[in-house]
Amino acid sequence: MMMARRFSIAECLARNASPIVLCGAIALIVIGTALANNAALDRTVIEALIRIVYVVGLYIFVGNSGVISFGHTAFMAIGAYATAWQDCCRTTKPLLMPALPKVLLEATVPPPLATIVSGVVASLFAAVVGVAIIRLSGISASIATFAVLAIVNVIFSNWDSLTAGTSTLVGIPNYTDHWFALLWAVIAIFAAHFYQTSRFGLSLRVSREDEVAAKASGVSIFSQRLIAFVISAFFVGVSGALYAHFLGTISVDAFYIDITLLTLAMLVVGGMNSLSGAVVGVGAISLLIEVLRQSEHGFALGSLTVSAPHGTQEIGLGVAMLIMLIFRRNGIAGNQEIGWRLSRFLAPQLQRSSKVTEDY
Amino acid sequence: MMISALQILVDAISLGSLYALATLGVGLVFGVLRLANFAYGDFITVASYALIIPTAGATVEIVIGRWPWPFLVIAVAGVVVILSLASEYFVFRPLRTAKPAVLMVGSFALGYIIQNIIIVVYDGRPKAVGLWPELGEAIVLSGLRMPRLELLIIVVTLVLLGALVLFLKASPFGVQMRAASEDFRMARMLGVRANTVIGTSLVISGFLAAVVSLLFLAQVGVMSFNMGVPLMLFAFVATVIGGMGSLTGAVVGGYIVGFASILLQALLPEHLRTFRDAFVFVVVIVILVVRPQGLLVPRAARERV
Repeated sequence: MMMARRFSIAECLARNASPIVLCGAIALIVIGTALANNAALDRTVIEALIRIVYVVGLYIFVGNSGVISFGHTAFMAIGAYATAWQDCCRTTKPLLMPALPKVLLEATVPPPLATIVSGVVASLFAAVVGVAIIRLSGISASIATFAVLAIVNVIFSNWDSLTAGTSTLVGIPNYTDHWFALLWAVIAIFAAHFYQTSRFGLSLRVSREDEVAAKASGVSIFSQRLIAFVISAFFVGVSGALYAHFLGTISVDAFYIDITLLTLAMLVVGGMNSLSGAVVGVGAISLLIEVLRQSEHGFALGSLTVSAPHGTQEIGLGVAMLIMLIFRRNGIAGNQEIGWRLSRFLAPQLQRSSKVTEDY
Repeated sequence: MMISALQILVDAISLGSLYALATLGVGLVFGVLRLANFAYGDFITVASYALIIPTAGATVEIVIGRWPWPFLVIAVAGVVVILSLASEYFVFRPLRTAKPAVLMVGSFALGYIIQNIIIVVYDGRPKAVGLWPELGEAIVLSGLRMPRLELLIIVVTLVLLGALVLFLKASPFGVQMRAASEDFRMARMLGVRANTVIGTSLVISGFLAAVVSLLFLAQVGVMSFNMGVPLMLFAFVATVIGGMGSLTGAVVGGYIVGFASILLQALLPEHLRTFRDAFVFVVVIVILVVRPQGLLVPRAARERV
């Protein structure tokens, strides 16, 4: 069937309109801000790109399966520490992390490779944990993911000979710049798109809408969820590696409740059920945080400065999330993908097949 | 040897009781609202902070904490019950039609807001508060050392469990609550008032949060803005092993988690003790691998088509 059909560029564009539009928009923003050459702005943009990798990774599991995960930050922590094990601080490594195997102690893996390996390590961990917790029903599975995060936090805080305990690890190469972060954001978005339009992604989305009907149609919910969990852990692990390569230092505290809430807020505000929602949510929340941070520093109103009290950032973030949940449950994107109109225009004959990925 | 085994048993029953109370608080609301309330840990935290004057200063000024215990318990419980009803009105009620997963995310956000409000008002540093120091003394019975507090926790738990069973089985409110957790829609059709039932469950769960908080604070002597989080996490995990929605399961789950903690504390070699909580969760995950539905499966858990 597929072989017989003539390959058409318009059709290819139409099928992949939404990731192309999303990545194009992100690339324009990144190029624009790179030209501005402002250190503070650069920082914000790179952080936002790393969060896109995290949130899109999270979306691959949460968005398609409908099971909330509070534990993906564990994969980020694993990705970040796996990076440190591979390419941190050649000279101080034996002092800080004496329990590492000899091969790793003597090696310094090039950062791009280390990033990929870190993602794979997170995936492997997810596969092992997933077999145990994915077969729980929705809510129980969510609670179990939180328990996984707690386990990883306890282990990383106390295994001094491998993670330097609660103290900060210094000396990871500062490799992540605009382009490396952008590259991974694009890879994550395309991977999520190809996954959710694949046979696997579609079966998982069916199970999200109606578990009983999905089972009756022969979908193995357990294996579909597990596949999504493992892919999703890869990108969240990569985001951890990018983060470690961006800051050059990591500590366990950075990978707990705060980042979990932040990324969930991004997913919820953007709209949990669409890829565009995940990406738009990162943008919207990054903007909101920037505004709240500014208001904590204070605005100049004529001669006096008005500043919001300390803590406005966190409380504002929580309130924004609640307001979105209460008044617009499907988020900014409202279950739509950006670019549907465009794909209908490019290839009207695809209209029916693209409807399949629509949610309601 | 015999004595130390008995000692461990007393410790385990006491910690298990504390977890059982917290788990019941989570389980009661889950039964009626299908809400896994992530803010529950923060309700527990708020109960402790209600004892002191809200300041960010380093010195702690205890107000309610100095009152005679009956007034103290009533005042603290009042604060938590009001907080719990307010969260229902402003957050959970508008989300009642949403999927349980959305409701859960909402409660997670609410908990985060409460935590950060506590940081703003009281400062993020831990505060030492000696509540009921006289309970720290131990009763020694032929070599067996039993702190009064541990005995108190066990007694309080037994009394509250008894009262709760009586309430659920014999009072009209209790019967309605059980009916609502079995099938909420059907119960409403038969004349059970949704808001009354939900309100009652939140009042009881708030009261349990206050009791857990006071007993826990008396034990550790330090309050911090996230002190309730580990309690909430253990309670959650306990509801999952017990079987979500089953109240007997909640109590059983609470005791299992408490026993696992104390046994691991006693049996793990010295250098692994710091990893105790991780081992507790591993035990939990092993139980779940064997019984993914939890130990006791309530009838309402199976989806009707």
